[in-house]
Amino acid sequence: MNMDVSTLTVCQAADGLRKRDFSSVELTRAVLAEIEKKDAGLNAYLSVDAEGALRQAAAADGARSEGRDGALLGVPVAVKDLINVEGQPCTCASKQLVGYVSPYDATVSARLRKEGAVFAGRTNMDEFAMGSSTEGSAFKVTRNPHDLTRVPGGSSGGSAAAVAGGEAVAALGTDTGGSIRQPASFCGCVGLKPSYGRVSRYGVTAYASSLDQVGPITKNVEDAAVLLQALAGCDPRDGTTLDVPVPDYRAALMGGLKGLRIGLPKEYYIDGADPEVTACVRRAVAGFAAAGAEIVEVSLPHTEYAIAVYYILATAEASANLARFDGVRYGHRTARPESVFDLYAKSRAEGLGTEVKRRIILGTYVLSSGYYDAYYGRAQKVRTLVRQDFVKAFGSCDVLLTPVAPTPAYRIGEACDDPLKMYLGDIFTVPANLAGLCGLSVPCGKTASGLPVGLQILGPPFGEGVILRAAYAYEQEVRS
Amino acid sequence: MSHTIDVAYVAELARLELTPEEKLTFQQQLETIVKYVEKIGELDVSGIEPTLHGQALANVFREDVVVPSLDREGFLANAPERNGFEFKLPKIVEDA
Repeated sequence: MNMDVSTLTVCQAADGLRKRDFSSVELTRAVLAEIEKKDAGLNAYLSVDAEGALRQAAAADGARSEGRDGALLGVPVAVKDLINVEGQPCTCASKQLVGYVSPYDATVSARLRKEGAVFAGRTNMDEFAMGSSTEGSAFKVTRNPHDLTRVPGGSSGGSAAAVAGGEAVAALGTDTGGSIRQPASFCGCVGLKPSYGRVSRYGVTAYASSLDQVGPITKNVEDAAVLLQALAGCDPRDGTTLDVPVPDYRAALMGGLKGLRIGLPKEYYIDGADPEVTACVRRAVAGFAAAGAEIVEVSLPHTEYAIAVYYILATAEASANLARFDGVRYGHRTARPESVFDLYAKSRAEGLGTEVKRRIILGTYVLSSGYYDAYYGRAQKVRTLVRQDFVKAFGSCDVLLTPVAPTPAYRIGEACDDPLKMYLGDIFTVPANLAGLCGLSVPCGKTASGLPVGLQILGPPFGEGVILRAAYAYEQEVRS
Repeated sequence: MSHTIDVAYVAELARLELTPEEKLTFQQQLETIVKYVEKIGELDVSGIEPTLHGQALANVFREDVVVPSLDREGFLANAPERNGFEFKLPKIVEDA
């Protein structure tokens, strides 16, 4: 294979396969070779299924020789280790699920499988998606390819590191409070969180059911559109997906910037962020303006309450979603329980990590009798206020431009002792989950020491077309 | 509002056994976090409807028709212990 698979995009791969420059088996072997070469240094993958992947690749080559084609036919896609793929592990980066083998495909996996995509490996993450650095994994610490002493972000850090590090053509992640967008920002790739209800959550281990979404992490914007096209759609198996038509996302890329109204929420541009991050983002904004977009200042007055709302609602939902990990039907079971309570309490104590336990305790507390109204009930109402802020803002603009995170990637081990400090880093990403918006991160520069900085583009619910349009125009026309 | 969390009680509700060290660490950390999240108490939420779902959907039904589910073997394959088509659990004799 002549093509450098580490920089190969999905579209280039599809093109090369179509022109018979290489086969899917050759492409998959090349990706597996990159993993073999690089992953000891990056730790992006938790498991690799070489045999299964090559079988899929051979099947894709066979289908192609019979006249089949498609944007993802024979293309390897890495999958975050909480999305079920039949026959592969699904550990959620937790000791609780060591040895678990998925008996079924998540809907997103089934959709990719139907397109002929190849599932080569499963990527590292914060345990049960709870975290912003991937340091919460029970198994390994993933490193940022741009600086191996730093975190890749989280919770989809493995997926972002694999894509940025040239060990994957593209990957899937999930985003509950920023877990696709922030690692994409830290690692210098594109990450897209679809609107809530755009992509099915069936077969995706739930963290917070009213916030979670599956989305692509890719090398460029066009690839994100291609993957989103395959993932999006109403699913009878997920009653929270909406029956909204799926537009042609690749066509939507071409809209250009003329006439696009861009909102800058003033609460996202306060002091306190790293000055190099601010500079990169402001440079991007200036570029949009120079290219013909209209810039409007807007206000999202309840921004300062978003983290508080998120950590009440998400942990409450998590405490319910993780109750199923009790050692009864699957997962780790304690060896010698002395009571039924023991069976549950010890199995979970032995299997679950510290951050997971912390969030379960917090979530249980805010739902407990006497506290429910003051915390959970009230947080749901403040969530409405956060949502209403965005509805109002989108009345005067098409997309919002903001930083993704207040800092670039920090050093491994730096954030560990202060959970609240880590939580506060999610300030720019959680509001989109609370409001059900779509959002993406696109690379917009680097710090002086070479750390990537992402630009966040937020759109209204089911506005994936407009955020892709803005991102593509930025990537192709504005960014130098 | 009191910030003292009865971590032992909450852990019991969550069916989670904590070590004494964990109880102490979580006590301190969670009280810091709870003190922070209490800022939502500053807002006037009278008349505001709660957001219960990611998007405003209600009563998503399907036809009451039997469709194939996952094969039983699949459900049992990851059981810590099984007995044919049953999940096997430890025989626990509780005090009366």
